[in-house]
Amino acid sequence: MPKYVRPATRAEALAALAEGGAAARPLVGGTDLLVGLRHHTVEPDVLVDLKGVTDLPEPIVVTDDAVRIGATYTLGELVAHPVVQESYPALVEAALTVGSVAIRNRASLIANSCNASPAADTAPPLLVHGASVTIASADGDRTATLDEFFLGPRRTLCGPGELVVRLDLPRPAAGSGSAFRRLTRRRGVDLATVSVAALVDADGAIVLGMGAVGPRPLLTRTGPVDLADDAALDAALDELLAPATPISDVRGSREYRLAMLRVLAKRAVLAAADRRTPEEMAS
Amino acid sequence: MTTVPTEDLQTVTLTVNGSERTVAVPPHRTLLDGLRDEVGLPGTKSCCAEGECGACTVLLDGKAVNSCLVLCVEAEGHEVTTVEGLSDGGLTDLQEEFLNAGAVQCGFCIPGQVVSAEYLLRTNPSPSEPEIREALSGNLCRCAGYQRIVRAVQATAARRNGQ
Ligand SMILES: Cc1cc2nc3c(=O)[nH]c(=O)nc-3n(C[C@H](O)[C@H](O)[C@H](O)COP(=O)(O)OP(=O)(O)OC[C@H]3O[C@@H](n4cnc5c(N)ncnc54)[C@H](O)[C@@H]3O)c2cc1C
Ligand code: FES
Ligand code: FES
Repeated sequence: MPKYVRPATRAEALAALAEGGAAARPLVGGTDLLVGLRHHTVEPDVLVDLKGVTDLPEPIVVTDDAVRIGATYTLGELVAHPVVQESYPALVEAALTVGSVAIRNRASLIANSCNASPAADTAPPLLVHGASVTIASADGDRTATLDEFFLGPRRTLCGPGELVVRLDLPRPAAGSGSAFRRLTRRRGVDLATVSVAALVDADGAIVLGMGAVGPRPLLTRTGPVDLADDAALDAALDELLAPATPISDVRGSREYRLAMLRVLAKRAVLAAADRRTPEEMAS
Repeated sequence: MTTVPTEDLQTVTLTVNGSERTVAVPPHRTLLDGLRDEVGLPGTKSCCAEGECGACTVLLDGKAVNSCLVLCVEAEGHEVTTVEGLSDGGLTDLQEEFLNAGAVQCGFCIPGQVVSAEYLLRTNPSPSEPEIREALSGNLCRCAGYQRIVRAVQATAARRNGQ
């Protein structure tokens, strides 16, 4: 059983993480960590609780160019934020599928990515929105795109002794729209069988984020597509979905996942396109 | 920086239902364990112990959370309201409406249902039926009286809104 540390400053948190190395874990909502401890899938020696750290970046900062989110910002707070609701509808749709109200009141947005589940629901929308993260260590801070951050199942660029302190979401281009679709065996407390987020810009260029169809969440994009031309959209989807390599497991076979991925991707693209506001109205 | 060694008991001071309480727990014990075994409030139920069923729902600083996913040491300095703390003695209007609607069967899920429903009504005094179902979707009932539970919440909202 791990010991518990409650640092008051960022420097203390980083020192505790550096000292613990691979055996130390940051703790925010605990909704992944406490379940993992119970099942012995994670066996850290030290839990470093970030909730009492006073000099971490603000939970949320909204600027003209971006929304910046801190390590303690919860999914419950995220889904209720008016700017997030307006600018990142795919992210709100995805966050609302995570667990229950009580889970979302604890679960942090950043840790949903740090946990690096290939099925993490907020990963596809964060990818299509071009999210980047700031990783802090005793040696200083570095930034990476979220696409660079995901290395594989349960593996990210954030190594021992490090901490993700901030996630930056650029404001979407005027005239673009986004949407999220997912398939689960049962509504509510279950992980995604397949999930897709789409961002479509004013010219019909498509960005897709996909979950549970590879060892890590996937990001692909195409140039402008004539969305009124079904054959053109199907051809674009062939290209967009090509990197998906799902496995067969309890939630679905490889073939079923691939078939459903195409259906959900098309629905997400069309829903995102429908949400576009004319460019002259968007500013 | 506070550090709690693995095996040692940690003294945690928290406010439970309005009263300051001090308990001594090892760092891996959950708030659920602390409330039931140390504070002596068995109203909060322990069931799946991994966030799936909602039987352990309490309000932490006014927000509904699964107390099985919170370490007791994390609650240091925070305020917890359990089902026992929703009233000062008798039944609350919400609990009365659960009884009126016949929503209580074996009763095991009910404390969690009541706490989640109370949280909903405090944050959204006039919820729609889909909003009620969404708010209670993390509370599983093995006796499956969901329809009656929804009716109890609707009746309480109407009563509080003076209808
Ligand atoms: C019943 C239930 C249902 C769920 N349903 C879903 C679902 O439908 N979809 C879904 O995607 N997820 C689901 N989850 C998973 C979970 O809620 C999310 O992954 C959550 O967002 C994690 O946030 P947290 O703050 O609770 O993380 P924690 O448990 O505190 O941490 C998770 C991991 O991230 C690390 N970490 C945390 N913060 C940082 C940081 N700032 N820097 C570096 N590392 C960090 C921790 O060390 C740990 O390894 C569910 C969980 C439960 C219990
Ligand atoms: S006992 Fe906590 S959610 Fe089931
Ligand atoms: S009344 Fe029996 S579990 Fe809900």
